[in-house]
Amino acid sequence: MTAPQATASFYRPADLGEALRDLAAHPEAVPVAGGTDLMVAVNYRHTRPAAMLDLTRIAELRAWSDEGAAIRIGSGVTYARICAELATVLPGLAAAARTVGSPQIRNRGTLGGNLATASPAGDGHPPLLATGATIEIASAAGRRTVPIADFFTGPKRSVLEPGELITAVIVPKALGPQQFLKVGTRNAMVIAVCSLAVALDLDARRLGTGIGSAGPTPLTAPDADRIELPWARPDLFNDALAEEFGRRVAAAARPIDDVRGTAAYRRHALAVCAARALRRVWTAAHGTEAGR
Amino acid sequence: MRVELRIDGEAAVAEIDRPGESLLSTLRDRLGLTGTKNACEQGECGSCTVLLDGDPVCSCLVATAQCEGREVKTVVGAVPRPVRDAFIACGAVQCGFCTPGLLVSVADLLEREPDPRDAQIREALAGNLCRCTGYEKIIDAVHAAAEAMSSEAISDGVPRVPARSHLHHNQWINVSNIPRAAGDSTEDTP
Repeated sequence: MTAPQATASFYRPADLGEALRDLAAHPEAVPVAGGTDLMVAVNYRHTRPAAMLDLTRIAELRAWSDEGAAIRIGSGVTYARICAELATVLPGLAAAARTVGSPQIRNRGTLGGNLATASPAGDGHPPLLATGATIEIASAAGRRTVPIADFFTGPKRSVLEPGELITAVIVPKALGPQQFLKVGTRNAMVIAVCSLAVALDLDARRLGTGIGSAGPTPLTAPDADRIELPWARPDLFNDALAEEFGRRVAAAARPIDDVRGTAAYRRHALAVCAARALRRVWTAAHGTEAGR
Repeated sequence: MRVELRIDGEAAVAEIDRPGESLLSTLRDRLGLTGTKNACEQGECGSCTVLLDGDPVCSCLVATAQCEGREVKTVVGAVPRPVRDAFIACGAVQCGFCTPGLLVSVADLLEREPDPRDAQIREALAGNLCRCTGYEKIIDAVHAAAEAMSSEAISDGVPRVPARSHLHHNQWINVSNIPRAAGDSTEDTP
């Protein structure tokens, strides 16, 4: 009798330790959680994995926890649960999660999968950049953490090494209003033409920005974040300031022409979105100009 | 490899020979359960929507091997009778290819939200594409089904319970209050 080869081609670890051991022993195994990227490639014969490693049975990856100043989101938490369970503490990420695909996709797709795919257009990335999230990565050799700004290295490339799994994302709780804006052809099932997240930190009097689908990786906009805001006299905020922020965000983008839009359109749309997002967070934090 | 799961309330076994075989492929090609439709195989269209442990998912994006011990409900087992009848009564079915997926999504929506507003219906059905109806009649059908299911729960004199647990797909339901023509539906629905 031959060994049951086919059985060995799909690994179903029950906990993280077992998953990391499986991955070390079978480096050819492709990790799969929601399958919303991988299974499309499999169905279209773009890839034919000899082995797969199922992450959906690992309870610790599918839980989130309150760590005080931050939420630790297991990499296997779905977008549907981020929308339903984390909208008050992580409004920017929840807003982005709500724009992902459709209900069917949000029921399967995970934040960890979004990061592992590392598409420049991934909807989860801009809010993580705007809030300065941290990625937790594990392998059989140990654990490490990577700031989100250092995670992406190129289109669909990241610092994730073979044998490593993303275990969690640590996202600081919102300390002020947050916005996520996404440009697409309809309200569902679209890959962003461009997207933008803004987070206002009222404690540190700091602005954070994340840009999606307008560069080889998701981007921050440090120069835009440093814009001088009238913290002492919030009523001095005006359209010129919002438009200057828009210009700086557009300048931080490194878009290309592709099937979804031109580079020029992306820059223009980002400037509009950024000005709008800043007006919205400022108004949410300080009330309308007329109200002061 | 052998995968054991439950499909529409019954135990099922699938012998699959590659790790990436989709649940959709297993349902249709191995088990002959063709109620679930195959259209885009990339999660765009929703034709293959099933409930996996109660949540609507695209079965084309689920690896069958991930379903060991899981419960799958297709259009056969997931959809309360009033939902199906409302689609017929309201003209929400034309070519019919998207219908099984839509019925599963609507069944899930009405279990979570027994009386949804138009905006909630549109968001819940955003992952189900229909190229015939223009969606208006589908939205009429959701309202009609919601009304039929709520009046049924009341007429039984029992408190409302989650739809799927008390409405079985083969249970006889009184559909007298579903509008007979699509034009009637606007008057009867909220």
